[in-house]
Amino acid sequence: MSGQSAFTTAVLHADRPVPVGLIDPKGRPAGKRFDVYRNNVVISLRKALETGFPVLRKLVGDDFFAAMAELYVRNPPPTSPLLMHYGRDIPAFLEHFPYAAHLPYLPDVARLELALRHSYHAADIAPIAPENLALDEATLARATLTLAPAMALLRSRYPVASLWHANTDQPNLKVPDRGENVLITRPEYDPVVQILPAGGGVFVEALQQGHSIQHAAERASAAIANFDLAGVLGMLIAGHAITGVTIG
Amino acid sequence: MSKHAKMLTVAGAVAAAVTAYAHNPAPAQAQAMEKCFGVSLAGANDCAAGPGTTCAGTSTVDYQGNAWTLVPAGTCESMELEGGRHGSLTALDRDLPA
Repeated sequence: MSGQSAFTTAVLHADRPVPVGLIDPKGRPAGKRFDVYRNNVVISLRKALETGFPVLRKLVGDDFFAAMAELYVRNPPPTSPLLMHYGRDIPAFLEHFPYAAHLPYLPDVARLELALRHSYHAADIAPIAPENLALDEATLARATLTLAPAMALLRSRYPVASLWHANTDQPNLKVPDRGENVLITRPEYDPVVQILPAGGGVFVEALQQGHSIQHAAERASAAIANFDLAGVLGMLIAGHAITGVTIG
Repeated sequence: MSKHAKMLTVAGAVAAAVTAYAHNPAPAQAQAMEKCFGVSLAGANDCAAGPGTTCAGTSTVDYQGNAWTLVPAGTCESMELEGGRHGSLTALDRDLPA
């Protein structure tokens, strides 16, 4: 094992010996100093998870979250030096986390919190003026939309948006027993979580795939008889989620 | 419904959405902003700048495997109990998002 990988392993695993050759300014073994460093690395990563997944933490409780974070933090080590991206693998991690197997919605809750963080850091792109969408029907059949980088869609079998609201800004919200299509937009500076009406998930997903407004609306209408196209478009417009129209 | 009628429906809905926004853009945005309240995203930003500078101050590493005996004890538990639907969230295959 190279010195560097031995060092990395020792940093993340308190039961490993202190790397050989570490000395303090007076030439004495610096084991205690390494312990402080090791502690700070793990604590900072755990803090990053606590900061990045507040709802997840609230759902499982502090003790459970701390225990989960311990395992995640130590294996595998971060792949990016940017702490703002830390925790990207938490959803996949949770899906194979036996102690959370009876809470199958946790991975999607983590996906929602990751999507919010991503939206928060996404590039600013000015939305188009809504008037640019007022096209005749023949043009609409060829018109595709460019969606803002800060917009995200999360289609879940679980009521993740309601769970998120109930644990943040709407503590009295009763969480329904249903799947939810979640739209994240960033109309100003902070991401906004909204639940799409029926068919909205199909529609926005089709737009993301580059289908025309017409085709996306037909897909949604095929799935849901009374698909509220105007309502979903209104959410996208108000959320500053539409940044371009291309007439193909 | 004929193809033409469908197109008119889409064009009409788009026009309705544009008109609604033009007449009343503020409430939708105000409402949207309101929903941001109390969110931890400012904290997430702090997280990008802050962690790594944290000094816990001690070298006492106290992370033991017995943590795995812990059971989640948070609001999700009470959420499951609400409405007498304990555990029902594990089986929602019937209500797949459209």
